Amino acid sequence: MPRPAPQPEQTQPDATQPGETQPGETQQGISAEIAALHRAAQEAAASGAPVPAHPPRDFPPYRSTQLRHPTRELVRADPEEIELVSPAFGHTDVAAEEADLTIQHTGEPLGERIILTGRVLDGEGRPVRNQLVEIWQANASGRYVHKRDQHPAPLDPNFTGVGRIITGDDGSYRLTTIKPGAYPWKNHRNAWRPAHIHFSFFGSAFTQRLVTQMYFPGDPLFALDPIYQSITDQRARDRLVATYDHDVSEPEWALGYRWDVVLTGPRSTWMEPEDADHA
Amino acid sequence: MPDQPSLRARANAPDESNLPAPEPLQTPAQTVGPFFGYALPYAGGPAVRAAWQPDAIRLHGTVFDGAGDPIPDAIVEIWGPDAAGRPSTERGVLERDQHGFSGFGRAAVDRDGRFAFTTIKPGATREGLAPYLLVTVFARGVLHHLFTRAYFDDEAAANGTDPLLSTIDPARRHTLVAESDGPASYRFDIRLQGEGETVFLDFAVLDHGDEGRREGMQR
Ligand SMILES: [Fe+2]
Repeated sequence: MPRPAPQPEQTQPDATQPGETQPGETQQGISAEIAALHRAAQEAAASGAPVPAHPPRDFPPYRSTQLRHPTRELVRADPEEIELVSPAFGHTDVAAEEADLTIQHTGEPLGERIILTGRVLDGEGRPVRNQLVEIWQANASGRYVHKRDQHPAPLDPNFTGVGRIITGDDGSYRLTTIKPGAYPWKNHRNAWRPAHIHFSFFGSAFTQRLVTQMYFPGDPLFALDPIYQSITDQRARDRLVATYDHDVSEPEWALGYRWDVVLTGPRSTWMEPEDADHA
Repeated sequence: MPDQPSLRARANAPDESNLPAPEPLQTPAQTVGPFFGYALPYAGGPAVRAAWQPDAIRLHGTVFDGAGDPIPDAIVEIWGPDAAGRPSTERGVLERDQHGFSGFGRAAVDRDGRFAFTTIKPGATREGLAPYLLVTVFARGVLHHLFTRAYFDDEAAANGTDPLLSTIDPARRHTLVAESDGPASYRFDIRLQGEGETVFLDFAVLDHGDEGRREGMQR
């Protein structure tokens, strides 16, 4: 369906958010903090602690975590029926055109057209069928159609950057979009996010709910980004990077990327000794 | 897997050559970021049940950070069963009509950190449980979403014997209980950190993705 052309919004830059703008802090300082936290995680892994896939919620180099992470340990809970099922999304919820972010306006968006495809799986490799996938992203210049995005890069009247799709019977999704640009943010001085697409997934069980970001191979900003580096395990970080796949590319049309997603860890990750007590 | 690896660039793939059986490995979470506001909210997202329905209730609250300040860029989801305790299997969660009930809602907070849903008071999904809604919180600065549950303060007897609620430190238990603050209205504030920090939950998940299990659980 055609959407209105993105309009720059007339808003003043917001007041500094706590933990957001630290203009005096250097990349060097942030990188040193990241390195120290990665070393600590590697030492923990070497002494036999499980290697977490998810980032710790308390990751100081990403300054906004400072006041927004729980300080009390999460309480272990047995999932009940409601947590073991998911909302019943269906193909009627989402129009087929929503999977193509390049046809939402009257003209073609600027930038590098890409096809992004993959499968959504559970921890045992089974497809997650008929579930909702949502994406949002900056345009090719690194600008979001969002009133709080103050990056002085141009909006594209032909690109909104929002898409949705329902997975197929094999758990697959396939989206057409524009490769987003990197953009600056205010975590520290000269902070830039590597190009990424935000993704939201629902699993077969609500406990598999996942919001994450997908990155592009070979980005020179990876090492510098405290959000990407909040995942302390290199192998886990790699899993957020799509693979260029020439079989997905279409001649004279678009470059192809593949990114498979797994919504639960392997069973062994979650098994506890019989006598474990989490009261 | 149907994809042919022949032409795939492997430069970014982790080196798994020395590992045993390749088991699917979990995809890590990342923050929802600050710019979801034009993407994730959808028309009717906060109205799980139309407000004019006689059984509609309001569940509302504010999301606070560790300094006690409201968070203006959080987004909250609720998921619950119907009044009889059954999870909805109605298709059409996003394009819901005015008469149905899908059980899922999504509300972005406003500039003052406030969210509000209209829904129904859920039933308990099995005997021995108190009724509750599953609540999920996403925000800039939250690297991995947080799960909690909203129980109801007018269910004191059931709450007292609920297998989760009754094991929570009594000093923190109230953070999981929505408080009646008017006719058919409940307040459920969410404090990410500090004094009165909400009890967040880590589900001891086995993998329950298969349809058979889901069907088997319907009564
Ligand atoms: Fe972003």
